Parts: sequence; structure tokens; C-alpha cells
Amino acid sequence: MTAMIELSNAEKTFTMHLQGGVELPVVRGVSFHVDAGECVVLSGPSGAGKSSILKMIYGNYRCDGGRIGIRHRGAVVDLAGAEPRQVLGIRRSTIGYVSQFLRAVPRVPTIDVVAEPLIANGVSREDARERAGALLRRLNIPERLWRLPPSTFSGGEQQRVNIAHGFISNYPILLLDEPTASLDAANRAVVVELIEEKKRKGVATVAIVHDDEIRKEIADRIVDVTAFAAAA
Amino acid sequence: MADRLTENDQPLLLAEGLGKNYGRLTACRDVSFALYPGEVLAVVGESGSGKSTLLQLLSAQLAPSAGRVSYRMRDGVLRDLASLGEAERRFLFRTDWGFVHQDPAQGLRMAVSAGANVGERLMAVGWNHYGRIREAASNWLDRVEIETSRIDDAPRTYSGGMRQRLQIARNLVTEPRLVFMDEPTGGLDVSVQARLLDLMRNLVSELGLAAIIVTHDLAVARLLSHRVMVMKGGQVIETGLTDQVLDDPREPYTQLLVSSILPP
Amino acid sequence: MNATAYNFAYLDEQTKRMIRRAILKAIAIPGYQVPFASREMPMPYGWGTGGVQVTAAILGPGDVLKVIDQGSDDTTNAISIRKFFARTAGVATTTSTGEATVIQTRHRIPEAPLHSGQVLVYQVPIPEPLRFLEPRETETRRMHALGEYGLMHVKLYEDIARFGHIATSYAYPVKVNARYVMDPSPTPKFDNPKMDDCPALQLFGAGREKRIYAIPPHTRVVSLDFEDHPFTRYRFDAPCALCGADDSYLDEIVTDDRGSRMFVCSDTDYCEGRQAAGHRGTESAAPHKESAHG
Repeated sequence: MTAMIELSNAEKTFTMHLQGGVELPVVRGVSFHVDAGECVVLSGPSGAGKSSILKMIYGNYRCDGGRIGIRHRGAVVDLAGAEPRQVLGIRRSTIGYVSQFLRAVPRVPTIDVVAEPLIANGVSREDARERAGALLRRLNIPERLWRLPPSTFSGGEQQRVNIAHGFISNYPILLLDEPTASLDAANRAVVVELIEEKKRKGVATVAIVHDDEIRKEIADRIVDVTAFAAAA
Repeated sequence: MADRLTENDQPLLLAEGLGKNYGRLTACRDVSFALYPGEVLAVVGESGSGKSTLLQLLSAQLAPSAGRVSYRMRDGVLRDLASLGEAERRFLFRTDWGFVHQDPAQGLRMAVSAGANVGERLMAVGWNHYGRIREAASNWLDRVEIETSRIDDAPRTYSGGMRQRLQIARNLVTEPRLVFMDEPTGGLDVSVQARLLDLMRNLVSELGLAAIIVTHDLAVARLLSHRVMVMKGGQVIETGLTDQVLDDPREPYTQLLVSSILPP
Repeated sequence: MNATAYNFAYLDEQTKRMIRRAILKAIAIPGYQVPFASREMPMPYGWGTGGVQVTAAILGPGDVLKVIDQGSDDTTNAISIRKFFARTAGVATTTSTGEATVIQTRHRIPEAPLHSGQVLVYQVPIPEPLRFLEPRETETRRMHALGEYGLMHVKLYEDIARFGHIATSYAYPVKVNARYVMDPSPTPKFDNPKMDDCPALQLFGAGREKRIYAIPPHTRVVSLDFEDHPFTRYRFDAPCALCGADDSYLDEIVTDDRGSRMFVCSDTDYCEGRQAAGHRGTESAAPHKESAHG
């Protein structure tokens, strides 16, 4: 089986110049892989660096050492040394990311926020809106809200819009940072279902989930992040 | 590890070792980067960091003291801007390039109707049919969310936000491939800024525009740009993906800039 | 009665040479505004100092001079300039368009066709056609140099947007010899077609602005327009009240304080010539209306 994600000895340290150049090691020696169709859940206490690892895989945080191999259009790209253009290309067609908080442009209607990744990949606006609507309906966002920008929504609604935005494309890699944190049981079940569908389609998923039950439901493997704790 | 990201692998604009001195004063030093079609680059830094000088160098309004800027013309040939004749350069400026000024009065003809402001570039490239020019102007006003009933009003009668949107329409009417923007949201109310940013973001992605945006506002950079260059003392001190630079800033100065943003 | 204290035609010979050089250059580059060292003349700016200097530079003892102001030979301005040259150059003067060799004009082209060998000298207040929209001289000169004339159409666009048609009725911009856009001085656009392929040499002098430009004989002069709003020469829909001419440019003359008026030829020489030939008008007041007239 080919690994979709392969980290070897990846590390991250923050240097806080405004605090007199204090070095803040976050993780080091991060090594694990994720195969297609597999869901790996990162575990460990708060502050152990789970989100940082996810952000490194997305190219949001820079990697200070080691390798982050991503299978992108049939070839392996080392994200740690990739050009910004390559990273953008990978994000456009290979990696989807559901962050903890929705970051949307003010004024853009919810339906367009969700449809945007499809449009960016060349799907017609009409088709994209239709698929976005279907997904929003599944996630129980009432149709009367679709025309409104999500900034006016409750936390749970925003989170579901965020999930729809992340799940709508057929990215072969999906990164999920607490996708169910502020959801009720019914909606949590929908998200679990969505993840299962992605896995069946061969999507490689890395997730951070605090809810033990959900973790049990979705995880094929658990990677304990405390092993990568960078001793200061 | 060869990776072809897009079909369009040729840079649109190429800066190599670009510098500008005013006597012993260095306004800008050793700037190199490539801008690809459809890519939006934000140049951030405080006043006096050299970002406006850089914009003038890149748009051939100022001759560099060192290095060069090349641009891929519509025929596909990459040409050194310094080798272009003035006529070619000016032609580029009103066809394939746009320039959005911070002060709309600099980019618009304030005493001339909105329709003529938008139509001017078309007339400059030889459009000679009033009805068609007016139709094109009207379409563009609509695209930038200006009531088409205001087509015969002069921009002096417009609000600041409308003026800025009119300036954008005036620039985009010839479907340029590259737009330079100098603090496009400076001097506007916050609510007006949001609307303008949203509009620009949509236009840039719909038209596949490449853009170089000079701004001191990191929120503008985050919303509009793919990549960021941080300038200080005339030099690029940090560059990378916008969210990378803003979420994981490396240089002391960038960290200072990022930490100075008030939480929303 | 040549005033002996002055050189022939008032200006000294060096100055005339300088002006002639500018004129030659202007003829060589039709429509291009040539700067020249305009002199102080014994009349105020706005009274034709540019035209007078051009006339002074080209006048020879054998020339016959005619001076018109808005088509008329007998206004103060026309008479003073005519007298000025009669006195300082001792040249013959005339009011007849056909007999004149040099015609200095303010704001009109005579109705009678000009012929080869004649020179028409225009008095020009503002020579720059782009000035309306572009105040910077450096920029307008660059635009001329590069043939960037989109701005000229902006002005015409504004007319149509505001009035429904190109309302510019005088100083209507033309393109000379398919190259330079030129301001034909504040002549009515009615006269524009007369500039095209004209057998006479046309010289333009702007004294305050220190510019000379020219249209050599038989040069193509095209009035700018839009495909869907072509140039039209307007005309009054009544003939001249005095001579009955229906193809001339008319002046409105108020005849009393009860609103009565009549329309007569602006070109007095033309009108008088027709009357002498037996043509008669109605002398009745006619309403004034603009209409398209190919």
C-alpha cells in the first residue's frame, strides 16, 4: 500500500523574538505515515503539538527539519522544502483541511463559502452550489440560512459550514482538527458518516478528536503525539 | 520529485536583484521573485520600508539602479521592461496592466462621467462605437456594484468606496493580466473596506488576475493574497505563503507586525 | 503711409526669421504645435497677437491683406489689424476673399472657396485640444508624440452622454494627415469640412501660448467622431435674410427689444457679393434650429 502522507523526523520550534528570542520547541522526531483509506487519529494532552503537526502537514506551519512527504498527483512532494506555488497546488487538489474555527470572508453567503473549493477546481458555479446545498442539508443547516454569511451563525452552525467546506471536494487527503467539538449527537453522527464515506473512497485522513467514542468509531490507528514531545 | 503544478508554468513577471538608490539613500535593495499568472502577491511593511518604491519599479514607473524586471507579453515573450520603448510601456499600462491608486483622484478623471472613466481605455485602444463603449462601461459598473443609473455622474459625486470601485472597473475593462494596487483600501471606512475586499477577491479569482498589492494592513494581505513579502529598510526580510508568514512568522520584525494586529 | 519708425510689418527681421522657421517646421509636420518665441505686440493677448505675428512674418510688399473677425470685415478688431499692417507694411488691403493673398481670421473660414496661393492665418487662443481633460503640458506633449488620442474621444463621449449628441459646436477636434489631433481654433464646426483638402495654406498662431501649427495645401483633415454618432455639420433651417443664401453660416441679429431677430450671413463679404449679384433674402426673422446636414 502506498502512503499518502509520510512524515519522518519532522520538527518544529518557535523562536519568540519579542520575548528575547526564547526558543519554544514544539515537536521533534515526528514520524508516521497514513495510507490511502486510512484514518489516523493523533492523541495526547492539550499542548502536546497535535494541531501543530496538522498545520505542518497543511504547510501552514513551516517545518524546521525532517521530511513531510505528500503524494500529490502521483508523485511524492516534500512539503518541508516545497515552493509556495507547490504548496498552493497541493492545497488546491490534494489536501483538504477543516480547522477548528471557520475563517470566511465577510459578506459571502454560506452556500458560496461551501461551494468555493469546487469552483476553484473548475466546477461550474451552478453544479458547485447544488452539491454545496446537498451537503449543507445533510449537516442540518436550514436552507433559509444559505444566503446569509456564516459570520452571523452560532458556533455549532459555523463548525458545520466549515465541515461542509472541507468535505465537499474529493481531496485524497483530509486533515480534521476537532471537527465535532461543538456539535450535538445527531450532527456528530453525520460527521462520522461523512468520514466513513471518505475512507471508503480511499481518502487518507488525519484527525484530532477528543471525544473517545468518536475516536473509536473512526480511527484505524492512533498515533500518540507525546512520543514526539520536544524536551526543552 | 518533478512536480508540474499547473499548465501555466511560465512566470508572468520576474524581478531579479532589483534595487533603487537615491544618492546614498537605499530605497530598495536586491529584490528577486517570480510572479505567476493568477497569483496574488502582497507586499507588506510599514511606511518607508520601500514597498511603494518597489511597486513603482515593478510597474516601470521608476528606473531601477540595479537589477531588472521582465514581463511576459501577450505574445508569450519575456521582455526586460527597461528595453521597452515608452509607447510600448504606456500601451502595456492601458491594456495588459492595471494600477489602482490609494487615492482614487489619482486614478480617475474626477470631472468626467463614470461611463467615460471606464470607457477611456477602450477608446484608447481604438473602440469607436459610442453605444458599445457605453454598454461595456455599464456592464462593468454593474460588476463593481455601482448602480448603472449613476453612469453619467462624475466621480466627484461618489462616495470613497464607490470611487475606489470605479477605479477598479476602469482598470479591468481591458481585461489586464496584471494589476498593481497601492494600499487599495487605505482611507476607507472598515465596513466599506470589507465590501471592497470581497469584491476584489471575487474579481481576481474570476478573471484569473495576477496582482501585486502593497499594503500595511495584514488583514488585506490575508484576505487577498496567496503569497506575502515582508519588507523592512528596503529589503525583503521574509517571504512565503500568506497564511504561513502570518501564522508562523519567523523574523523578529514580522513577529512584531503580526503581534500588533488588534484581535477582531 | 508707411510709418518709417518701424521695420516693415512692425517686427524686426530676426524675429520674422525665427517665426518663419517655426512656420516651416509646422508645415513640414502638419498639425504639430511648434513652440516659438512669441513677442509682445502692441495689442492685448486675446486680440490676435499670434495671428498678427504669423501675418507679419509672411507678408511681402506685394501681398493683399484681408482681415476678418467672426466672418466680418468691419468689426473693431478686424479694422485695427488691417490698419496696423496698412500702416507698418504699406500693403494693399481688401475685403474681398477672392482678391486677398493673405487672410487673417478670427473664428471663421470664408464661405467663398479659397484657392491655391492664398494663406489663411488663424488667431488661436488655446492651441491644445487635449487641454480640456489633461492639464499637464508634459503629458499632452507625450500623448501627441505617441499618438494617444483616446482622451479626445472621452470629450466627445461626454457630449453624447450629456446631450444625446456631440454638442461641441466650435473648436471641434480634427485629425490632420492621419497623425496629429489639432484644435482648429474656435471656428464653428460648420467650417471644419472646408479645412480638408483645402488648396490654400492654413497657418495657426497662438500668441499667449507661443505655438504655431499648420495645414499644408491639400492635406487630409478629418473631424473626430464615433461610428454611431458621425460628425455632422449643422445648419440653420432658414436662408440668409439679406442674400437668401442657404449654404452659409448665419449670425443671429436682434432687431428690437421685443424679441424680433433675423439671421444673416456671418461672412459679410460673401453676403454683399451675393446681394450685388442680385440675390435677395426675405428679411424676415427665422427660428434657429440645429439639424443634421451631411
